[in-house]
Amino acid sequence: MLSLLRTFWEILKHTFRRRLTVQYPEEKPYLAPRWRGRIILSRDPDGEERCVACYLCAVACPVDCISLQATEDKNGRRYPEFFRINFSRCIFCGFCEEACPTYAIQLTPDFEMGEYKRQNLVYEKEDLLISGPGKYPGYNFWRVAGVEIGGKGKGDAEREDPPTDVRSLLP
Amino acid sequence: MISFKDIVAAVLTVVGVLFVALTIAAGLIWVERRLLAVWQDRYGPNRVGPLGLFQVLADTIKLLAKEDWIPPFADKPVFVIAPAIVMITVLFSFAVLPVARNIVIADLNVGLLYFLAMSSMGVYSIVLGGWASDNKYSLLGALRASAQMISYEVFMGLSLMGVVLVAGSFKLSDVVEWQNRNVWFVLPQFPGFVLFLIAGIAETRRLPFDLPEADSELVAGFHSEYSGMKFGMFFVGEYLGVTLVSALIAVLFFGGWLGPVFGLAGWARTALGIVWLLVKTFLFIGFFILLRAALPRPRFDQLMSWGWKWMLPLALANLLVTGAVVMTMSK
Amino acid sequence: MDWLFYIAAVVAVGATLMMLTRQNAVHALLYLIVSLLAVAVVFFVLGAPFAAALEVIIYAGAIMVLFIFVVMLLNVGPRAGELESAWLTPTVWAGPAVLAAILAGEIVYILSSPGLGIEPAAEIPPERVGLALYGPYLVAVELASMLLLGGLVGAYHLGREDRVRLETATHGVHTDVAGSDSGGDLVRAGSDRTAGAA
Repeated sequence: MLSLLRTFWEILKHTFRRRLTVQYPEEKPYLAPRWRGRIILSRDPDGEERCVACYLCAVACPVDCISLQATEDKNGRRYPEFFRINFSRCIFCGFCEEACPTYAIQLTPDFEMGEYKRQNLVYEKEDLLISGPGKYPGYNFWRVAGVEIGGKGKGDAEREDPPTDVRSLLP
Repeated sequence: MISFKDIVAAVLTVVGVLFVALTIAAGLIWVERRLLAVWQDRYGPNRVGPLGLFQVLADTIKLLAKEDWIPPFADKPVFVIAPAIVMITVLFSFAVLPVARNIVIADLNVGLLYFLAMSSMGVYSIVLGGWASDNKYSLLGALRASAQMISYEVFMGLSLMGVVLVAGSFKLSDVVEWQNRNVWFVLPQFPGFVLFLIAGIAETRRLPFDLPEADSELVAGFHSEYSGMKFGMFFVGEYLGVTLVSALIAVLFFGGWLGPVFGLAGWARTALGIVWLLVKTFLFIGFFILLRAALPRPRFDQLMSWGWKWMLPLALANLLVTGAVVMTMSK
Repeated sequence: MDWLFYIAAVVAVGATLMMLTRQNAVHALLYLIVSLLAVAVVFFVLGAPFAAALEVIIYAGAIMVLFIFVVMLLNVGPRAGELESAWLTPTVWAGPAVLAAILAGEIVYILSSPGLGIEPAAEIPPERVGLALYGPYLVAVELASMLLLGGLVGAYHLGREDRVRLETATHGVHTDVAGSDSGGDLVRAGSDRTAGAA
């Protein structure tokens, strides 16, 4: 009986406690930079698309919400012809970001993407592409990759020696 | 002969009591959620309108706009009348509630018995609703409800008999007038007050005695299959029951409309009496909500054994002692 | 107030007829409840509000709930109806029907004879009921209470948990015995096979 009264008293004391609720639309909580929210496609510092359409993100995706089609430009650079993320399926696990070899696909601290029509949750490449490099400024995949590509020969990449001339006898 | 003035007064009383009772019951949707939130360090509904007060309206519109689904396997006529019964019985009970001196819809000389009769009829709403749903969770809820409410009705009646003995009448206005002459019944009849409070909680199926609903075990118990306004009637019926039991506690044990009058007279004094009754009623409504915030739900066998092994003997002992005291005093 | 009485009486008779003719047990009970409520109204009109309130509380409110409780537990299906119609042969209902017809005729005669109509008596307050019960009828009340006490003790005796037939007592405390007692056949299936057979 006394314990009951004590319970009531303890509950009544909560009347004057600090509220724990965050009044969301007016008062927004801090989201860390690595918060896993809306997915974007970033560009390298030169303003070109980083994505090389390797399909690794689509393979890593546990809910199969990413679909893309690879194609090549006249310089031999691979890029996605289309890149589509169905956010009504996405679970924001971030596996695509981990799988991406070129830091192209990134998750951002933004979750306010409610829609009234389900179809509006399917984002195309132009919805996904941002103009900047995202979380990795200064990184340019083609500048460090060893492959030869239009406008950049073998050995022209950063921290890369010129290829060895196997026909020369000089050491 | 009945004069025109009497008819107008009677109609005004009926409409007034109905309006206030239904408004309080609907408002309790908001009050309960806000108060529970206060005791759980939250805010509760505060978006719709000032302080979230229009939440009531929004909820009502939502309930009205919802599909009024009757399951194909249900017993249709019984399924439809069951939610109406709870509203009807509780609203009928308000008829004997004296809101102020000489303001009461029907001052029956068996007023208290009438209330007990109506509350015992209210059981049918739950039992039939659960049975007609043809759903095992509903049936279990209905079984629990019938056992629980019959058990707690017994000592609910007995706990009030002390008051009846001392006041010498089943008439609620007589009970209040006795308190006016002597002392509020909560002092001489404290055990009766506690017993009636517990029985009232069980009778209105509020936590911690909400075993007929028991969301964590029985989905939603007897109203699992109900939706739309039929569910809304169960919902409002429960709040009406809470209001009724709180008002009855105020009338029977806390002097009803009595309170400081500040030298007022005439209609101002009557209005102040109504205010006092409302204040007392809201205190007990608040206590009902506090119980919900504070206490866990007992097991069903615990509930039954408390009822029969503690509450009933205590009510009988209270009645016995009161009877003995009344007898020696009258000699 | 005569018309109130007649309306309530018609409702009571009609509800009773409906109660008798319903196939569904719960529907029949609902009509019975309506009938009891109508009878309560009749009591009220005749100046016995106490009896009316008790009629509602005890008959309509408590006993009928128990009836419904039991019917709900029984889960009577359509087969029960067939069974009942098979039992209900004319030889069974003829006798009671004749007796009931005689009673009905008597009631009709009483109601039609002048000077025996309803007379709204003076209203009987609850105090007078109590004084009558504990005054001239004290012995009857005490006898009834003894009877109820006997019923209570009997019900308690029947519903008592039999201490001797607890699980450990019937199945033994040793797990090997308890295992075979509590349907352990599945576990032991094939355990009688000899090792050499495999």
